Amino acid sequence: MSLDNEQVQHIALLARLRLADDELGETVEKLSRIVDFVDQLAAAPTDDVVPMAHPLNAVQRLRPDAVTEPDDRDHLQQNAAAVSDGLYLVPKVIE
Amino acid sequence: MKGQWEVVIGLEIHTQLATVSKIFSGAATAYGAAPNTQACLVDLGYPGTLPVLNREVVRMAAMFGLAVNATIAPRSVFARKNYFYPDLPKGYQISQYELPIVAGGELFIAGDDGAQKRIGITRAHLEEDAGKSIHEGFDRQSGIDLNRAGTPLLEIVSEPDLRSAREAVAYMRKIHSIVRYLGISDGNMQEGSFRCDANVSVRPRGQEKLGTRAELKNLNSFRFVERAINFEIERQIDVLEDGGEVVQETRLYDADRDETRSMRSKEEANDYRYFPDPDLLPVEIDAAWVEELRSALPELPDAKRERFVAQYELKPDDAEILTASRALADYYEAAVSAGSGAPQAVGNWVIGDLTGALNRDGLDIAESKVAAEQLAGLVDRIADNTISGKIAKEVFDAMWAGEGSADEIIAARGLKQITDTSAIEAIVDKVIAANPGQVAEYQAGKDKLIGFFVGQVMKETQGKANPGVVNQMLKAKLAG
Repeated sequence: MSLDNEQVQHIALLARLRLADDELGETVEKLSRIVDFVDQLAAAPTDDVVPMAHPLNAVQRLRPDAVTEPDDRDHLQQNAAAVSDGLYLVPKVIE
Repeated sequence: MKGQWEVVIGLEIHTQLATVSKIFSGAATAYGAAPNTQACLVDLGYPGTLPVLNREVVRMAAMFGLAVNATIAPRSVFARKNYFYPDLPKGYQISQYELPIVAGGELFIAGDDGAQKRIGITRAHLEEDAGKSIHEGFDRQSGIDLNRAGTPLLEIVSEPDLRSAREAVAYMRKIHSIVRYLGISDGNMQEGSFRCDANVSVRPRGQEKLGTRAELKNLNSFRFVERAINFEIERQIDVLEDGGEVVQETRLYDADRDETRSMRSKEEANDYRYFPDPDLLPVEIDAAWVEELRSALPELPDAKRERFVAQYELKPDDAEILTASRALADYYEAAVSAGSGAPQAVGNWVIGDLTGALNRDGLDIAESKVAAEQLAGLVDRIADNTISGKIAKEVFDAMWAGEGSADEIIAARGLKQITDTSAIEAIVDKVIAANPGQVAEYQAGKDKLIGFFVGQVMKETQGKANPGVVNQMLKAKLAG
């Protein structure tokens, strides 16, 4: 098993997921299988291969610096659970 | 003993780039808009949206790199920095990690020993800003304004080459000056366009290994940077001298209390799980573009300062002040070329009375109420002895109040210096006759009283006599 219980609990915390005790074993096993599967790639000889980010070797396109998105707040905020004076409201963030 | 400790500081400066639209979306970046009126679907992290990189952001970052003699990466990569906070709707910030756009630069400051000191710049990378959380005024809720989300930032990371709060501020000022010269940021600290985190540690002098550092956040003025670092240095030395250990942590500077405080909360927060953002391809900057940008670089602060010293024979300290901002330097040069050639005198007026008036009224040099040509006219009238330096201050104030050119004010207020020596002589005689007691004392050896007599004559002439002439005449008459 490439991952242990502690690592998976840590990842779950970072992802804000709560794992019940009876879910942990299965999750560790499944995630380990994924990691092992991907690890096979490490076996391929890639010393002379230039890293590629796109199948057609495309590079990032750049857009001109222009404002193209007008204010659409009232429309967009119809999706929000709660708003006040134009602000999105969320449960109090305590620092 | 403070002397046995060496301070090591590195700065991370966040500069907001002066684009009209965001780094990955076409929403506006104007400061001070009503909440969420400049936050589009991309900024709000809606599913199905994709970031498209702003060309101007790439150009600005490359310009900065060239200005600090750094390498512009021919290929750089955006990465996701993952964390949860309500002002970051996507759950990750798009930043750069392994392949930043700018690497390995340098600049020079006046070091603590007075000599030029090289400060290394590790890297500068592009990233998006987060939104703002407002905690006051809501019952068990926070308000989120995402106008700032997606605003382009250039994060400039220095090497740990700084050895005092003073050096840190000198470095920060130099970066501030460079980004404003390049026109890539307005550098407005009140609006948060230019802010800084400081990594501070101390170690016994002579020890190679760095001490444990604390990261200071929330430093949004030059004064706060200096005060926060100085507080932190004292705090760490106290901890070490009491036999304790400095804890690696993030500390927040509280300007009201002038102290730094631990931000305990986030033990796990530094696990950002960076990975290349699959929504963005590598950014390529070809050599031709780099050369085009290099040829478009303006004269930078250091070069301008050296030219000012050579061309105008200014004192180096004055040249430093006059070239701190491009606008001030341009004003100075306009004033020198409009006048009949007294560059140091023009410099003194710009640094002294003009800067004083700007600060007093909270104005920028671009908003000066005295134009460069007006100031040149004033300096010329002092140089040709039309008015004394003292009267010139009155004329300057009148120009500031909008009363016209120096010549107009001198004429309207009758301030022209009395050059007719017989007129001055009559007043000198009158003053001597009116003060027999002081005359006797002076003649008995109390030389300092000459100032009293000069003052009396200047008062009689309402400051319009040439003090040099008055002085000479008084001395001759009193001696006789």
